[in-house]
Amino acid sequence: MEFIQNFADKFYSTFIEENRWLYLADGLRTTLLITFFAVIFGMVLGFLIAIVRATHDKTGKFRFLNVLARIYLTVIRGTPVVVQLLIIYFVIFASVNIDKVFVAVLAFGLNSAAYVAEIVRSGIMSIDNGQFEAGMSLGLNYRKTMIQIILPQAFKNVLPALANEFIVLLKETSVSGYIALNDLTKGGDIIRSNTYEAFLPLIAVAVIYLIMVMILSALVTKLERRLGKSDRG
Amino acid sequence: MIEVNGLNKYFGKLHILKGIDTTIQKGEKVVIIGPSGSGKSTFLRCLNRLETPTSGSILFEGQDLTRVSDKQLYAVREKMGMVFQHFHLFPHLTIQKNITLAPVKLKIMTQSEADEKAAELLKKVGLSDKANQYPNQLSGGQKQRIAIARALAMNPDVMLFDEPTSALDPEMVGEVLELMRELAAEGMTMIVVTHEMGFAREVASRVMFMDGGKIVEENSPREFFENPKNPRLREFLSKVL
Repeated sequence: MEFIQNFADKFYSTFIEENRWLYLADGLRTTLLITFFAVIFGMVLGFLIAIVRATHDKTGKFRFLNVLARIYLTVIRGTPVVVQLLIIYFVIFASVNIDKVFVAVLAFGLNSAAYVAEIVRSGIMSIDNGQFEAGMSLGLNYRKTMIQIILPQAFKNVLPALANEFIVLLKETSVSGYIALNDLTKGGDIIRSNTYEAFLPLIAVAVIYLIMVMILSALVTKLERRLGKSDRG
Repeated sequence: MIEVNGLNKYFGKLHILKGIDTTIQKGEKVVIIGPSGSGKSTFLRCLNRLETPTSGSILFEGQDLTRVSDKQLYAVREKMGMVFQHFHLFPHLTIQKNITLAPVKLKIMTQSEADEKAAELLKKVGLSDKANQYPNQLSGGQKQRIAIARALAMNPDVMLFDEPTSALDPEMVGEVLELMRELAAEGMTMIVVTHEMGFAREVASRVMFMDGGKIVEENSPREFFENPKNPRLREFLSKVL
């Protein structure tokens, strides 16, 4: 009885008292907001980088852009995302007053783009060169062949890998607290520092992430099955 | 129609084509045979510049394909249909779309004109009922017939065939060769790399034997098969016939 009473008290002080659950709810909204826009930004930029890299590999064009892209990928994939976030906030935007959510979207989007680029590039390179030749032999130019024939197939092949990248991104945004952004993780941490009670808020945060990831994973599995179906005809 | 002069092709240090000279007239059906690695496929692929020749010239309807700009090259390829050993149909598109994609995207036909053309071609290749299926639902022979229809949709002046039956199960070879025979009878200019000696004998207006990157002998099929002069060709024919 004493244990249950104790737990109820802690639950009350952690979530209900002073409406502390709002830290989690607001944090979750911020986390989803950052993830959503970072995913879109990362996708677009990643696709462009992938096309530059694949075009260079296939035709030798875009030499300069390809060098830039390779430096970009090396730097982004070779440094921790927290460090990138800190540099963008405290160095690049040091002297301007800027929305932190925007900074986070930028940092996570730039980071994700590097991984998306390599996923998409591998998808493009995995398409049989005969598809290119078939397109070319019909008189289509490189761009039309790419857009009409290669990219639709490549995209379908890498869709599951891309979806997994977004799950990773969702979890990575948990370091947003480093620039004092109140995301989900930070929300749990604020409650902990107010109530001096660590267990409940941090477990609650973990459970919320877990549920989101499980929902997304289920969607990915469904997607994979659907794509597999059309392959079997 | 096609005039090839001094064509050389290197892959790195490997000398694949060693000075090819030949002329192909409109309406001719040229069959190229030869052992693996003799350069026959490379030669065919040079004709529509899927491979870039190292030196020499290829005149097609008056233009030197080794000198044209990319843009002109694309226009030339519209006039040269190609059929590949492994079909290379577009797996993400229906049969109908496989056929209509290029004419529509190149603004040669409207979608409805292309659809009409596709229906006509599907009828010709005997696969009208497959229009809305996907390539992986077809057999190899059916795929190759669709690949031929796809190339014909561009109304090409010449058709290049790169071992069109080599990847097929034996019982499907016939249907593809039959279609190619029909095409030949309609007067299409054809250049065919193949191992089908029967087809060469019946359909070809000229047979070429390539060995070691050169055209070693070329002649009318009758002369070619009954009275081969080159010792390499004699040896080759004794093995394959």
